Amino acid sequence: MTQSSWRMPRWFHQMGSPKWFYNFGGLLQPWFAMAAFVLLTVGVVWGLAFAPADYQQGNSFRIMYVHVPAAILSQSVFLGMAVAGAIGLIWKMKIAFMVARSCIAIGATFTIIALVTGAVWGKPTWGAYWVWDARLTSTLVLLFLYAGVMALNQAISERQIAGKATAILAIVGTINIPIIKYSVEWWNTLHQSSSFTLTAKPSMPSEMYLPLLLMVLGSYFLFALIVLIRTRAQILQTQNGASWLMQHQDVSGAQ
Amino acid sequence: MIGFMLAIIRRDLLLVARQPAEIINPLVFFVLVIAMFPLGISPEASLLSQTAAGVIWVAAMLATLLSLELLFKLDHDDGSLEQLLLAPHPSWCLVLAKVFVHWLVSGLPLILISPLIAMMLFLPSEAISTLMLSLLLGTPTLSLLGAIGAALVTGVRGGGMLLTLLILPLYVPVIIFGASSVAAAAQGMPVDGYMALLAAMFVFALMITPWAAGSALKL
Repeated sequence: MTQSSWRMPRWFHQMGSPKWFYNFGGLLQPWFAMAAFVLLTVGVVWGLAFAPADYQQGNSFRIMYVHVPAAILSQSVFLGMAVAGAIGLIWKMKIAFMVARSCIAIGATFTIIALVTGAVWGKPTWGAYWVWDARLTSTLVLLFLYAGVMALNQAISERQIAGKATAILAIVGTINIPIIKYSVEWWNTLHQSSSFTLTAKPSMPSEMYLPLLLMVLGSYFLFALIVLIRTRAQILQTQNGASWLMQHQDVSGAQ
Repeated sequence: MIGFMLAIIRRDLLLVARQPAEIINPLVFFVLVIAMFPLGISPEASLLSQTAAGVIWVAAMLATLLSLELLFKLDHDDGSLEQLLLAPHPSWCLVLAKVFVHWLVSGLPLILISPLIAMMLFLPSEAISTLMLSLLLGTPTLSLLGAIGAALVTGVRGGGMLLTLLILPLYVPVIIFGASSVAAAAQGMPVDGYMALLAAMFVFALMITPWAAGSALKL
């Protein structure tokens, strides 16, 4: 008796086709841009201007609306990069390596924003720009990991090998992510524990955490938008000369 | 498979025996770097004994980093690495054998000379056994993690500096726990937790790194 084994759904392999990814990504791009713009604008204005002031920290807590989304994204992007790299290694998809490559710069930027805004927030509340507690140190290590992946990607001249090498490094570096996430639980840190989780109701009033939610969602859309733009740019670079691209309206002009 | 690994170990040890500089250089570097600290900062015993744990661990890490670049480079340059990878044995065997020799040559001398170093930096004598044990657990971990970096930058120009950049973030937990364990021992506090974590990191590295470095070598 033969049994057909479960296969990955068709759309999964479809995404590995440069032509399909380019066209579908081109369709999604304006929508992601609009969503990111709307969510981030509403979130920023609401959070920085209209949300109620914190009874302990006054108005300085408002930097949370920039710091928390940046921190969340910095970790998610590294995970996304590692997952994309793993998909590329296992299913040998070039698109997956391109997606992973697109994640590096934006992830490093989010990490820098998180560290800098955190330092600015720390000065009025803790009295110090920097402490060597577990969460800050492991986020700094995350920045170094991004720098290492970026350096390795640029150092290897052959694109395919560079993609595989950065995928391996990203997968190895993923060990840092649970360390960052659970550092506030495992150690006595100065950094506060999570303001909200996926399952429990947050301890903040809704006027405070709704703009935060909008900022996090908007940042995710921004990240997706940038990955789409960069991956499509890499497709243009590497597929130069492919027949589907030469006849594409983006290259030859609308007929 | 064991025969393959033993053959690689014997070959690498023979190569090292022909060039004793490979053992001596990291050791001398280790001692010199340690000697720089009292000269550069302050020769006061009170200050030195407080920082001794961290200084020794950082110096051990730097000495390991120095010798890592050559781990695969020499074999890659004369083509024997490709031949070894073509062998019918999994690539992690090759990595494990080479890392073992690397540790024997760079990590073990550090452990053996560490009591002398501890005296130079006025580390309290209660901490010396903890120092040796933490180095015994930590230096193999450093060698294993370094093998991933060395495998990734084989054949890349400017690989030495890039190697350091890639591996140092991975070394951070080992350094933190290694140095903290010695510092805790110097103050007379129990170190079982630190040792357990160091041992866990060693076992984790032992399981993951040969496979990761093997895949990186085949790129």
